[in-house]
Amino acid sequence: MNRGPSLPPRRRVWSWRSEAFRGLVFQVVAVALIGFGVWYLAQNTLANMHARGIQSGFDFMKQPAGFDIGETLFHYDALDPYWKAFLVGVANTLRVAIVGVIVATLLGAAIGIGRFSRNAIVRGLCYAYVELFRNVPVLIQLLMWYLFFTDWLPPMLDAPSLAGLFYVSKAGFSFPVPVWTHAHALAGIGLVIGIAAAFAYRRWARRRFEATGQVRSLILAPIGIVIGFAVLGWLAGGAPTAWSIPKPQGFVMEGGASATPEFVAVLLGLVFYTAAFISEVVRAGIASVAHGQVEAAGSLGLSRTHAMRLVILPQALRVIIPPLTNQYLNLTKNSSLAVAIGYPDVVSIANTALNQTGRAVECIAIIMLVYLTTSLSTSAVMNWYNRRAAIKER
Amino acid sequence: MAAVFTPIHPRPAPVRTSGPVAWVRANLFANKASTVATLAFLALALWLVPPLASWAVVHAVLRPDADACQAARGTGACWGVITEKWRFIVFGRYPFESQWRPEVATLLLLGLVVVSCIRAFWKPWLAVIWVAVIPAFFVLMGGGYLGLDKVPTDLWGGLPLTVMLATFGIAFAFPLAVLVALGRRSHLPAIRSLCIVYVELIRGVPLISVLFMASFLFPLFLPVGKSPDVLVRVLVGITLFAGAYLAEIVRGGLQAIPTGQVEAARTLGLGYWQTQRKVVLPQALALVVPGIMNSFIAIFKDTSLVTIVSLYELTGALNLALNSDANWRPFKIEGYFFIVLVYFAFCFAMSRYSLWIERRLGASRQR
Repeated sequence: MNRGPSLPPRRRVWSWRSEAFRGLVFQVVAVALIGFGVWYLAQNTLANMHARGIQSGFDFMKQPAGFDIGETLFHYDALDPYWKAFLVGVANTLRVAIVGVIVATLLGAAIGIGRFSRNAIVRGLCYAYVELFRNVPVLIQLLMWYLFFTDWLPPMLDAPSLAGLFYVSKAGFSFPVPVWTHAHALAGIGLVIGIAAAFAYRRWARRRFEATGQVRSLILAPIGIVIGFAVLGWLAGGAPTAWSIPKPQGFVMEGGASATPEFVAVLLGLVFYTAAFISEVVRAGIASVAHGQVEAAGSLGLSRTHAMRLVILPQALRVIIPPLTNQYLNLTKNSSLAVAIGYPDVVSIANTALNQTGRAVECIAIIMLVYLTTSLSTSAVMNWYNRRAAIKER
Repeated sequence: MAAVFTPIHPRPAPVRTSGPVAWVRANLFANKASTVATLAFLALALWLVPPLASWAVVHAVLRPDADACQAARGTGACWGVITEKWRFIVFGRYPFESQWRPEVATLLLLGLVVVSCIRAFWKPWLAVIWVAVIPAFFVLMGGGYLGLDKVPTDLWGGLPLTVMLATFGIAFAFPLAVLVALGRRSHLPAIRSLCIVYVELIRGVPLISVLFMASFLFPLFLPVGKSPDVLVRVLVGITLFAGAYLAEIVRGGLQAIPTGQVEAARTLGLGYWQTQRKVVLPQALALVVPGIMNSFIAIFKDTSLVTIVSLYELTGALNLALNSDANWRPFKIEGYFFIVLVYFAFCFAMSRYSLWIERRLGASRQR
C-alpha cells in the first residue's frame, strides 16, 4: 500500500526549545498547582472542622429533619428525615421552574413578535416592557411581588374574585379544579396515548406527503388526536362534570385549589423578568431571517401567516434555540432567589438544614449538585432539539 | 356642431404619505385589527392612568411626615419616606460625618468606569490607573491612613457597595477570564480540561450558591483562625462567578479572529504569548466590548443578592432602613420604587452605551 512519502520519525526533544516539551511542563505545573491548592484547602477545611468540632458526612440525611415545610407536593411532616425534606425542596424548585419556563416562553414570544407589530402602541408598549423589566434586578422584582401580595391585597374574606371562580388575596391565588375521579386518571392515560398517536400520525403524514404530495394538516390534526383521546378517556370514566369551586370560609379557602403567595410571587417575578430576555431572543431570531426570504414567500403567494409559519419561524428557530436554552437555565438558577421570600425551594431547605446541623460543605454541595444536574440535563435535551432544527446541509 | 367644452373633475390630491396624519394612519389605524388594538389601549389608559396619577402625584405626600403618610395611606403615595430615609438607603450605615468619603470614592470609581468606556482612552496607562484607583477606593472607604478614621467594612453599604462589588467584580474577573478563555482554546489537554471544568461548573450553579460558599465555606478553607473579611470573601465569590461568564464572552471574541491572523503572526516569528498579546487579543477584546458591558449590567443587578448573605448594599440598606422603623415600615413599596429607579437608571444607561459602542465597533465592517 502506498501511503505517500514517509515522514521522518518525530524526535522527542527534551529541551526548553521544543514547543511540545514546554507544553508538557506547563501542564504538569498547572496540574500540580491546582492539585496542591485543592489539597491545601481540604487540609485546612479538615483542620478547621476538627477545631470547631464540626462533624462531616452525609449520615445526617437519615435523621428526622424536625422542621415543617409550608408547601409540599407530597406528604411530608417534621418527623420525616432530611433526605425527604431535600426531596420536597427539589420538587418545589422544579415545579416553579417548569411552570415558569412555559409561561415565560409564551409571554416572551408574544412580546418579541409584538415588537414587529404594525401598531405603534403595541410596539412601544413591548419595547417599554422589555427595557423596564430587564433593567431591574430580579430579586427586587420578587420582593416587590411578595410585598404586593402580603401588604397590598385584601385579606381572604373580602378577596376580589373573577366571576366567583378565581380569587386573589393575601392567601394567594385560588382557582376551581375538577373533583378528582378515576375518569380523570383515564383522561390522563388517554392524553399520553394521544400524544404518542399524534407523533405516529405526523410521521405517517409526512411520509405520505413525500411519497404522493398530498398535503395533510401537521398541526391541527395532531392536536385534535391528542384532545380526542383525552376526551375518550374522560367519557370512558363516566364523564363526571363536578367542579370544586373555591369559597372564602373564615380563615381558609374551602374547595378549589390554591397557590401560596410565595409561589405566585416567585413565579410572577421569574416569568416577567425572563420573558423580557426571551422576547429579545425571539426578536433577534426573527430579525435575523433575511428580508429576501419574506419577499420570496410573498411572491410565491403565501399569506402573512403562512410565510411566518413556513418560512420565517423555521429559520428563526435555529437562531433562537441556543440563547433560549440559556434563558431557561437562567430562570431555573434564578428560582434559587425564592429563599429571600420564604418559598421552600431546595436552597431554602438546604439553608435551614445548614443552620440546624452546621454541615455547610454537605448542604452547599447538595445545592450545587441539584442545579448542575438540572442545567446539564436541560442543555442535553435542548442540544438534541437544536441538532434536529439545524440546517441539514448536503 | 360646436364641441362643448366639459371639463372632467380634477383628480383628488394623492394621499399624504408623510407627516403626522399619515404616520397616525399607517401606525395606529392601518387595518381593522390595528384600529381595535389602538382603541383598546386608549380605553385601558383612560381607565388606569387617572387613579395611578392620583396615587403617585395628586395625593402623594412629599414631606417626611409619617402621620400625613399614614393618613394618605391607600389614596396617595408616601414619597416622604425617601426624603426622610434616602441618606440611609444610598449610603447604608456609613458614619454620617464622614459621608463625603463614600461620595468621593464612588464618584472616582464611576468616573473611571466612564473613562474606560471611551474608545480614545483604551491605552496601556488605563490599566495603570485602574491599579492605582482600586487601593485608593479602599483607603477612602476603610480609612486608617492619611488621618482618616477607620471604618469597618460591616458599616459600608448602599450604593457605594453596589458600585464597588460590580466594578471590582468585573475588574478582577477580567484578567482571569482572558487567561481561562485562552486556556480553553489551548492545545494542551490538561489546561483545556481544567478551564472547561471551571467554566461549566460555575455556569451550572446559581450565584446564590457561590455566595453561600463565600459566606460559609471560605472561612473553613483557610488556615485555622485566619478568615478574611466577609466583604473580601463575597468579592472573591463574585469574581469567580463573573470570571466564568466573562471567559465565555472573551472566547467568543477569540473565535471570531480568522486563523490567518495567528498564522501570519507565527510566520513573522512571534511566539505564543507575543501572538496573543500583539495580534489576537487587541482585535478579540475590541469585538467583545458589548458582551463585557452586558456582563457588567448582569453583575450590577446580581449584586442585590449579597443581601442574602447580610451585606447591606442598595437592596439590603433599604430593608435595614425601613424594617427597624415602625413609623416608616408600611411605606416600603415607595422605597422599592426609589431603588428600582436607581438600578434602572444605571442599567439603562449602560445598555444604551453597549448598543452605541456595538454600532461604533461594527462601523468598519459596514459597507
